[in-house]
Parts: sequence; structure tokens; C-alpha cells
Amino acid sequence: MNKNSNAYTFIFAIIIVTIIAGLLAFTATSLKPLQDTNVKAEKMQNILGTIGVTDVSREKAEVEFNKYIKEQLALKNDGQVDATTDAFKIGLKNEVKKDDENQRYPLYIAEKDGETFYIVPLYGAGLWDAIWGYIALASDKNTIVGANFDHKGETPGLGAEITTDWFQAQFKGKKILDESNNFVSVTAVKGGAKSGDTHGVDAISGGTITSDGVSKMISERLSHYLPYFKNN
Amino acid sequence: MAEGKEALFSKQNKALLSDPLNDNNPISVQVLGICSALAITVQLKPAVVMSLAVLFVVIASNVIVSLIRNLIPGRIRIIVQLLIVASLVILVDQVLKAYAYDVSKELSVFVGLIITNCIVMGRLEAFALANGPWKSFLDGVGNGAGYALILVLVAVFRELLGSGKLFGIEILGHKAKTLAESTGLYSLGYENNGFMLLSPMALITVGIIIWVQRSKNRKLIEQH
Repeated sequence: MNKNSNAYTFIFAIIIVTIIAGLLAFTATSLKPLQDTNVKAEKMQNILGTIGVTDVSREKAEVEFNKYIKEQLALKNDGQVDATTDAFKIGLKNEVKKDDENQRYPLYIAEKDGETFYIVPLYGAGLWDAIWGYIALASDKNTIVGANFDHKGETPGLGAEITTDWFQAQFKGKKILDESNNFVSVTAVKGGAKSGDTHGVDAISGGTITSDGVSKMISERLSHYLPYFKNN
Repeated sequence: MAEGKEALFSKQNKALLSDPLNDNNPISVQVLGICSALAITVQLKPAVVMSLAVLFVVIASNVIVSLIRNLIPGRIRIIVQLLIVASLVILVDQVLKAYAYDVSKELSVFVGLIITNCIVMGRLEAFALANGPWKSFLDGVGNGAGYALILVLVAVFRELLGSGKLFGIEILGHKAKTLAESTGLYSLGYENNGFMLLSPMALITVGIIIWVQRSKNRKLIEQH
């Protein structure tokens, strides 16, 4: 057969594409369960990390998660619990695109050493792409006990510093309500927060837009949980 | 063809392995694949994983293309090569996500960018299309190793000088908040060079490597 004919070219292309597509589809489906377990375990590790349960290996994540997390609630915007939705399965990436009224807000209630913690998942925008994380509040639903952040494509050394310990550790002990119980959230302050500021943390030098993204994300996400916090 | 009679490791075949390590190194002589050399050499571990991934992709794509080289229609050969390289890269990406999740997170987008690594396509066009599978295999090993060599070298410099570690282990001592609590070099007031963590330093490190290599290996210097 003439190798330069159109027919040969078409047949060759069709055959090779079919073989490769089949091969890739096969690997993708057979590896999918393993990959999903990894993603799920990482999510559990991140949630536990906010209440100080670190050093949990990926294999043990599920056991530890079930030990500490007592309740997983899907809240409506008015603070009511939607019992029909599985909170853990809510993907914030798609959820935040919906109207406030139609969104379900996942809340994890944890218990550690007899104390109750409220863990709120976060999702927002950094400079280049999405940023997300978890923030844990103490039983007073005001004091932050821990936070962690991750990002998709922030600049290494600048915006990507939100994943570092020094940045995340600053959130410990900060408060989201002022003295008269009004919601003020926590803000990353450019040039550094004043000492004693219970609502401010140091922003990242050179990562202003990412830092602002973190502030905005925390205040936007937490604001939806206030009705629930008030009633419970 | 004379290929069948040739010894597996004839002088010519050995050159396929050793040339890319020095005289014809894909990074320092041909200056290909620079993008990933800049991006993932901040630490040694991702650099090593990236090297292994590229090694696998170069070898596998070289062998596959070489096996079907007489069947590929000339007009769509680049597309066919791209197809093979892309599927191998997706394969690597999927396997990493399933079995080495942390590493795959660290390499993130750069695994996908192996597709655009000029070394891979370059070897297919320049070598695999015209040579048998065994030679192509050796050529793949040689070029993958040449790439890995430079990548690891750059990563050693950057991680050691930039964060005082290798593979995440503190080599130069521990840096605590105060001088008194620090150990090793840090107790003498040594500071890490934050510059080394930024991408431009990878380019400068590669430049220095090229300089040193050419001053040792005079035949690489262009004649004018």
C-alpha cells in the first residue's frame, strides 16, 4: 500500500488513536480508586491539621478522622441543617459558583480532649488561580485555633508562602468577632499587623494579592456560618 | 542491515550512551529542556523524580517510535510522535497521582510539561525515526541521563545554598530563631541565600555549568 496516500494516512491515524485512547482509558479507570483515596485522605489530613492533629499518615487518615470528627453538617444560608446532603462530598469549587441561597456550607464539628471545635472549609481566589484551606474555631465560635491553606498556582516564594507554617501559625488565637460580637473576620495586613491586633496577621511581602485573597476568602466563607453559630 | 551482527555494546553503541553525558549534553550543549531545569530544581527530590519521569518518557517514546518508524506516514509523523509522547506523559502523571501523591503534587504542572520538553521530541525526530529499537533505547537512556545529570547538579547547588538541605535533610546544621540555639554553620552566623530559591539562579547555575564544562572540554568551543 502506498504509504503517502491519503487512505493510508487516515487508516494509520485511526488505528493508532484507537489503540492509545483504549490504553489511556484503561489506566485512568483502573487507577481512579487509588487516586480518589489519596485525595480523600489528604482532605482528612488537612481538616485534622487545623485542630492540631498532625503527623497522621495518609493510611491512617480515615481512622483518625472518624475518631475526632463527631459531626459533618451541610448548612443552608439561613443556618438550618440540610440533612439530605453529605457534607464531606460537597465540592466547594463548584459550590461557590451557585447563589448564596442554593449553596450548602459544609461544617465539621470535632472533639479533642473534651473540647469542641468547628472547622470551616474555605475556597477563594488568589492571584493566579484558586486558593483554599480550612479554619478551625474553638467552642466559643470566635477564637481561631488553627488554619491551613493551599493553592493551585500562586508564585513560589511569594503568594505560595500561604502554605508555610509561619503564615498559618499567625492565625492561632485571633478572633473573628469584636467585643460587641460583630463579625469582623481576620485580615492579612500589608506591612505587618500591629502587635495585639486580634483581627490582623502579617501579609506576605510581595504576595499582596494572594494575602488579600486569603482575607477575602476567610471573611466571605465565615460570614455564611454566622446564623448557625448564633443559633447553636 | 548490519545492525543484527553488531555487538550489543559496540563502540558505536557505547557512544550513544556516553555522548549525551558530556560532549552532546541535551541541556548544557544543545540547551534544550531548560524550562523544567529552572522550575523544579529548588529541591533535590522533585528534581530526581522529574529526571526519572523524563528518562522513562524519552526511552519509551524512542523505542515505540523506532518500532513503528517504517509504518508512520511522513506527513503526519510529528502528530504521531506528539500523540505517543503525550500519552506516555499522561501515563506517568496518572501513576504518580496514584502511587506517589505527594511528589505529584510537588511537580504539579511540570509533569504535563514533559510533553513540551524539546529533548523528547528532538530525540524522536533526530534519532528514533532513523534507527532501530535497541539503538534508540540506548539513545534514550543516554539523553535522559544527560538531562538528569544537569538537573540533579543544579538542584544540589540550589537546595544546599538556598535552604541548607539535601533531600530535605539539614546538612549545614539547624537554623533556630537565635544564634545561640542554632547548630553547625548557622551558629557562626551563616545565612541561607534566598536568591538560590528563585528561578533566575537556576539559569545562572546552568550558565556556570556550561562555562566550566567548556573550559574543560575545549572541542565544545565554537570556532569563528
